[in-house]
Amino acid sequence: MGFFRQVLVVAAKDLRAEFRTKEAINASLAFALVILVLFSFAFDPLEETTRAISGGLLWIVFAFAGALLLNRSFTRELANDCLDALVAAPVSAAGLFLGKALANYVLIFGVELVALPVFGVFYNVHWTQFFWQLMLVLLLGNWGVTIIGTVFSALTVNLRLREVMLPMLIYPMLLPALAAAMQLTGYLVTGTPITKENISWLQMLAGFDVMFTAVSLVLIEHVLVG
Amino acid sequence: MKEKLAYLMGAIAIALFARNIYVISGLPQEVNQGAIFKIIFFHAPMAITAMYCSCVALFGSVMFLITKNFKYDALAVAVTEVGLGFLLANLVTGSIWARVIWGVWWAWDVRLTSALVCWLLYAGYLMLRRAIEEPTQRATFAAVFSIFAFLDVPLVYFSIRLFRTQHPGPVFFSSEGSFPKDWSAIFALNMLALTLLAAVMTIVRLGQENAQREIDSLRRTAHAI
Repeated sequence: MGFFRQVLVVAAKDLRAEFRTKEAINASLAFALVILVLFSFAFDPLEETTRAISGGLLWIVFAFAGALLLNRSFTRELANDCLDALVAAPVSAAGLFLGKALANYVLIFGVELVALPVFGVFYNVHWTQFFWQLMLVLLLGNWGVTIIGTVFSALTVNLRLREVMLPMLIYPMLLPALAAAMQLTGYLVTGTPITKENISWLQMLAGFDVMFTAVSLVLIEHVLVG
Repeated sequence: MKEKLAYLMGAIAIALFARNIYVISGLPQEVNQGAIFKIIFFHAPMAITAMYCSCVALFGSVMFLITKNFKYDALAVAVTEVGLGFLLANLVTGSIWARVIWGVWWAWDVRLTSALVCWLLYAGYLMLRRAIEEPTQRATFAAVFSIFAFLDVPLVYFSIRLFRTQHPGPVFFSSEGSFPKDWSAIFALNMLALTLLAAVMTIVRLGQENAQREIDSLRRTAHAI
């Protein structure tokens, strides 16, 4: 089986398992909506100032809801020693990792696609004005969250306090990606397109993704196989 | 022998440090900042020492992943703990200076924020270690985490740098610097004292880590019997 086929098989398996139970995705969606409502009490939802920080708010929601999904990624394999079977299967560690990352990516992106319009309605944010640029930021930012999150999901899978450990470990690590995504989203929803002025944020985001994808693929063998 | 050498180094470091404090306290006050400027003789070397520590931690982590020798794991954890201590001291001294000069304890400036995030990252390293019980897994996972953290720090710095900075630029050894020559020498000596101190602390911590591993293995043997 070729490498990409391995990746797709693992991703399809994870997605199938998730869509049959829907436990993580439902929890994550509900969680995202609850935080969105909570924010309306923290900030005046119709003030102009809230719109200015809306990029940041949105990515906090994505990061929180994403952590819930990422936590499940490897925990799902603990029952019946499925993780050992997966590692022993004739699939490379990198393939297994990328497959899991891809499944997480799709799931988190799904949550984001639902949360975004809700956010737009609740907070009167015109998020569609630079739709494709916003999608680009979402795709890149999401990959950063997913790649770091999946590695750390594997690192924390055997811990008792993994639900707390995972967010605690990934948020400082994700800071460059989240900061870039927050800034860019803030620009885009307040009517400023990506131009020469703010392209360095996009470069930072893309650089973060490329670098950590490469490092993860190199190191994941040590994490999964030992 | 090794221990005696470490203690000797420690004694030298403390003597040098005491001498530096004496010399620095005798320096005249700076025109704009007054006496508080003297904190820089401690503040900046602490940050640089912490930086060295993170480099050594990276070396230890990479070497552990290659050789699977626990000696390197012990080095990584020892030096990370010492580095975290120095970074914390750096943050605290910086905060004291900021209160006097800027009027606030904390400003979300690029260096402050990246130092804080760096501290959080490496604190996460220690928490991850504490949470894993199996020694090989602990060492491997911690090494992977340490490599990630090391690579993340420059990115954190540059991402925050895209915001504006208000931290004063370096004043030593640079052409624009306004620091007198003999003050740079005092600074370098204090740098040396703190580096020595960090090295001694790492050696002591390394000894503890090795003793701990021996105790653990004896305990496992006793259990097996």
